Amino acid sequence: MAETATLPEPLAETPPSQRRHGAAAWAAWLARRLGLSALTLWLVSMLVYVSTSSLGDPVRAIMGREYDADVARRTALTEQLNLDDPLPVRYLDWLRGLLSGDLGTGLASQRPVSEVIGPLVANTMVLVVIAAVVMIPVAFGIAMLSANYRRRRPDAAIQVVLLALAGLPEFVTGILLVALFATTVFQVLPAITLVAPGSTPWSTPEAMVLPVLTLVLAVAPYVSRIVRATLLEVLDSDYVELARLKGIPERVVMRKHALLNAIVPGIQVIALQLAWLAGGVVIVEAVFNYPGIGNQLVQSVRDHDVPVVQAISMIIAAVYVGVNLVADLLSILLTPRARTAISS
Amino acid sequence: MSTTDATASPSALRRALRSKRFVFGGALTLVISVFVVVGPWLAPHGQNEVVGAPFSSQGLFGTDYLGQDVLSRVMYGGRSVLVIALLSTVLGMVLGVLIGVVAAYAGGWWDEVIMRLNDVMLAFPQILLALLVLTAVSQPRAWMIVLLVGASHAPRVARLARGVALGIVSRDFVHAAEALGERRSRVILAEVLPNMNAPLLAEAGLRLTYSIGIVAALGFLGFATDPSAANWGQMLNENRLALSTQPWSVLAPVLLIGLFTIGTNLTADGIAQLSQPGGGE
Amino acid sequence: MTTARTGAGIRVEDLRIVLTGRGGGTDVVDDIDLVLEPGEVVGLVGESGSGKTTVGTSLLGYTRAGAMIESGKVLLEDRDVLALPWQQVRKIRGEEIAYVPQDPAAALNPSIRIGKQIVELMELRGLGTSESRLADARAGLEEVGLPSDDEFLRRYSHQLSGGQVQRVALAMAFMPKPKVLVLDEPTTGLDVTTQGMVLRTMAELCRSHGVAALYVTHDLAVVANIADRVAVMYAGQIAELGPRERIFAEPSHPYTRALLDSIPHLSQARALSGIPGRTPAPGARPGGCRFHDRCSVAEARCAESVPELRTIAPDHEVRCLRAGEIGSWDISRGTVPDADPSKAREVILEIGDLEVFYGAKRVVHGVSFDVGRAETVALVGESGSGKTTISRCVGGLHREWTGRIAFEGQELGKGSRKRSVDERKRVQYIFQNPYLSLNPRLTIEQIVKRPMELFGIASGKEATERVVDLLEQVALGPAVLRYQASRLSGGERQRVAIARALAAEPDLLVCDEITSALDVSVQGSIVSLLEELRLQRGISMLFVTHNLALVRSIAARVQILNEGRVVESGSVVEVMDRPREDYTKRLLSNSPRID
Repeated sequence: MAETATLPEPLAETPPSQRRHGAAAWAAWLARRLGLSALTLWLVSMLVYVSTSSLGDPVRAIMGREYDADVARRTALTEQLNLDDPLPVRYLDWLRGLLSGDLGTGLASQRPVSEVIGPLVANTMVLVVIAAVVMIPVAFGIAMLSANYRRRRPDAAIQVVLLALAGLPEFVTGILLVALFATTVFQVLPAITLVAPGSTPWSTPEAMVLPVLTLVLAVAPYVSRIVRATLLEVLDSDYVELARLKGIPERVVMRKHALLNAIVPGIQVIALQLAWLAGGVVIVEAVFNYPGIGNQLVQSVRDHDVPVVQAISMIIAAVYVGVNLVADLLSILLTPRARTAISS
Repeated sequence: MSTTDATASPSALRRALRSKRFVFGGALTLVISVFVVVGPWLAPHGQNEVVGAPFSSQGLFGTDYLGQDVLSRVMYGGRSVLVIALLSTVLGMVLGVLIGVVAAYAGGWWDEVIMRLNDVMLAFPQILLALLVLTAVSQPRAWMIVLLVGASHAPRVARLARGVALGIVSRDFVHAAEALGERRSRVILAEVLPNMNAPLLAEAGLRLTYSIGIVAALGFLGFATDPSAANWGQMLNENRLALSTQPWSVLAPVLLIGLFTIGTNLTADGIAQLSQPGGGE
Repeated sequence: MTTARTGAGIRVEDLRIVLTGRGGGTDVVDDIDLVLEPGEVVGLVGESGSGKTTVGTSLLGYTRAGAMIESGKVLLEDRDVLALPWQQVRKIRGEEIAYVPQDPAAALNPSIRIGKQIVELMELRGLGTSESRLADARAGLEEVGLPSDDEFLRRYSHQLSGGQVQRVALAMAFMPKPKVLVLDEPTTGLDVTTQGMVLRTMAELCRSHGVAALYVTHDLAVVANIADRVAVMYAGQIAELGPRERIFAEPSHPYTRALLDSIPHLSQARALSGIPGRTPAPGARPGGCRFHDRCSVAEARCAESVPELRTIAPDHEVRCLRAGEIGSWDISRGTVPDADPSKAREVILEIGDLEVFYGAKRVVHGVSFDVGRAETVALVGESGSGKTTISRCVGGLHREWTGRIAFEGQELGKGSRKRSVDERKRVQYIFQNPYLSLNPRLTIEQIVKRPMELFGIASGKEATERVVDLLEQVALGPAVLRYQASRLSGGERQRVAIARALAAEPDLLVCDEITSALDVSVQGSIVSLLEELRLQRGISMLFVTHNLALVRSIAARVQILNEGRVVESGSVVEVMDRPREDYTKRLLSNSPRID
């Protein structure tokens, strides 16, 4: 509600207070957001710790039928997981380790967790980044094409295809792609990613095609649909109508008036989907046996390898929080209204 | 603006039937649901009955890794997926709507705290929440999956419900009820919720789509609630390595899961379109 | 810059615009002939659904989605805008025919700076150099009375006030020196003083630039102050067209007369009347004369033959079969005595030293006044004056206040939940926007019945009978009982809201701008309904409004508010005839008037 302060004479209407780009205001905003992110991550860490180590009995889960027989191993495991300590103490110990970079020792490998997942993090990042780089232009292109044919036949057809794809679970897409390109119909691409020790998945690029394609097919439909909806909303807005009534060519209307205002919701949905990718890789990596943290996570959950699961969960949650922070920052920088609200 | 004759506002159902998306999605969902429900009675063999050698070509789709009839297992294997997905959707919707509407209606400090905690839950991809808890569990049970998938829906539903509810609680008819001194529970139940029908129904369809995906994915990853029973997700896990030699043992359940989610997703979108002004296409 | 140009004006001939898609072929507007001479402002007046905006944008060869121009010509000099190839139409737009939008806050691009947006068109067309364009932009802003420094040019639209945004839109439209200007309700939502300023600027620019302007509005009073000629539209056709003086002195169409009868005057109280029925939507318009079913002087032939526009005096055309037979008209028809200031009062609501807060911000500062039994007290002010805020505190909708609000000597709690059942029942609040104040999921019967159930007044069959009675009192038939609110027009919805308030059998009605979302003819009938209720039931009213003329006709006492303080108060006659404060005088002098 912008209410004018005084109205002595309309000519002298007090303009909204002079706004300067106060560096201090920006610093304060950033500090607040960073603080909130830290708070979120802290609560996340509690949730991760409590759900992995106190809802069930990890030792019983790990040992299965041997639980009653092998007392010595039971004691050793209990020791290693500090299960004799009360929960808050265990949690604080773990948190201290987490903050100082000590992620503990993996139960399955008996190696430090950071050593186990270190190389995998890079593999997963490469996969996600390639998928994002492919996905963004594809999604925006389809959205613009669709908006161009707004509510006519091609648009409706594109929307139905996107909807169908959006509904498919990623493992369904993945398995169908494998059947299509690797095993049953054509045999042109490898069905799973085999990586020799010491090598990287991107040294065999053809092995990355299907995982990337699966991720793109899982994410692009959402981004595309939201960008299209935003574009249509902007194209129906009063300022686009005025631009047309002013005689601005359609091409310029689209580029300068419409896209400029559709980009912020676009960024937000991309952020959401990037964050989703961080989780979606879990299943996609499992389908293709891709050597990344997702596949490792599934493996470790099967092995009840609590420390590894905790570490990977924290990484995924941190990616989510970080991506959102960046998206918020970008949205604000690109929205004049929000930008001036902060610096005032 | 509006006209007074009765034909001007046909019933929601009649309008829905005019949306191709809704009709097609609904029909697909219905057909597969019927298949899932009556399948076990019509299946030629029992779900654990060994009918021949592993991966032989006996029967329509051949046999699986244990020599069980693939067709029969496909006919049995949708039930648990559907039941668990439905229950977790209901749980997630009820929890989420409750949280979202209360946050929107209470406003202020309460809203801030509830949504902040919600953000924490949102930091976990849905499947991760389930995996986290299953780490410390020796044998997953069906109720656990329902609980975990439902709990992972709740914050997402809550965010949507809060958004929709915020648009409603700020309207004057809610203020009017407040000024009359209506009980808070009645304001929520009689004034706010009925105006959220359409978006919530669409969200429920979407959540069901995701539930099916997640429940099947858990089976695919090897976290089945009953290792011997037929289950579409788990069948993928069991027969995966035979994709090239016995493709139907994998493709049949995959296609069924895919068609089912396409059906529910189209239905959800059809409902969502109806809730928009000038709905339909 | 200010040398008068001799454009040729613009001429609309036999224009017909129809709906596309389902219900295609139905006319939105039909048989429109209109001439705009250079330097002339023509007011195009109509209520919602009359098709006035459709006519306005058609001058630029543009229709909104869902409608299309079926036939007719828009002649700019010798060129028919509707027949030109679209590249040339686009070139004409902006450069020769400019448009000023209804809601400039939404019509300026939120992410392009003002300075850039003003010169955008000239830049695209390659007109002038970047320096000359900048100089033009500064000159244009100065012409509309805005600052022209770099700081202002760097602003975004959200950093301007409503009046400033509208003046930027004006400057932008005048920049390429167009020959024709279409203004679509450009002052909707502005305060009267700002509106006055924008209107004066606009009229001055049109005359000095020799621009032919079409001013589209729902407000006859605004037109009375700025237009040279007036066209009154009803149901997609021009009902009456003539010079301003003749339209206001000798209106000859029954619709024009009825509209004028529903407008309140500043100089004298009037018994306002509305027009029965509702404006028909495209496709639902009756045969014969489109106004015959709501006309007070209609005859049988009005339903059968379609009237043409007839010239009844030089430049004065009327679309009525009975034009000339229905007698003369007098502007002071319907005048009634002002409320008697010396009448004895029994105070029922007392407000003392009221301070209201939104969070830490104080928006109302020590306001005190009272309301007598069966008396209407008006709270008047511009946006931000705190008038609605005060009414919300009285109605129990806002809780952050200090001071005293007493009803019959009993102090009221802060917020409805701190008040007794009896207090909640006896003070009823009616909202500004009837499109938001009725639950769209409930039937009218359920809505009106609820207060009776809640306050234990009646239930079951008895309550239903009471609902029927109440609906009858607010001039709605029992047929609406099972309707949902979405099937009612704005005026009908507001009647339902009034019926809901009456269902609680209140002693005080708090009315927050309850007619501002409605057409003026509907406002007339709502006001006369309220007056009847006040006299019959002895209900007191706290009436919040920004419309001083309306105050004269409805209230006995008035509180003029500015920035959360009472500037002047007293009986309506006293304050409006002999204002003491500058602020009041300025409000009065800027209020558009037809008397």
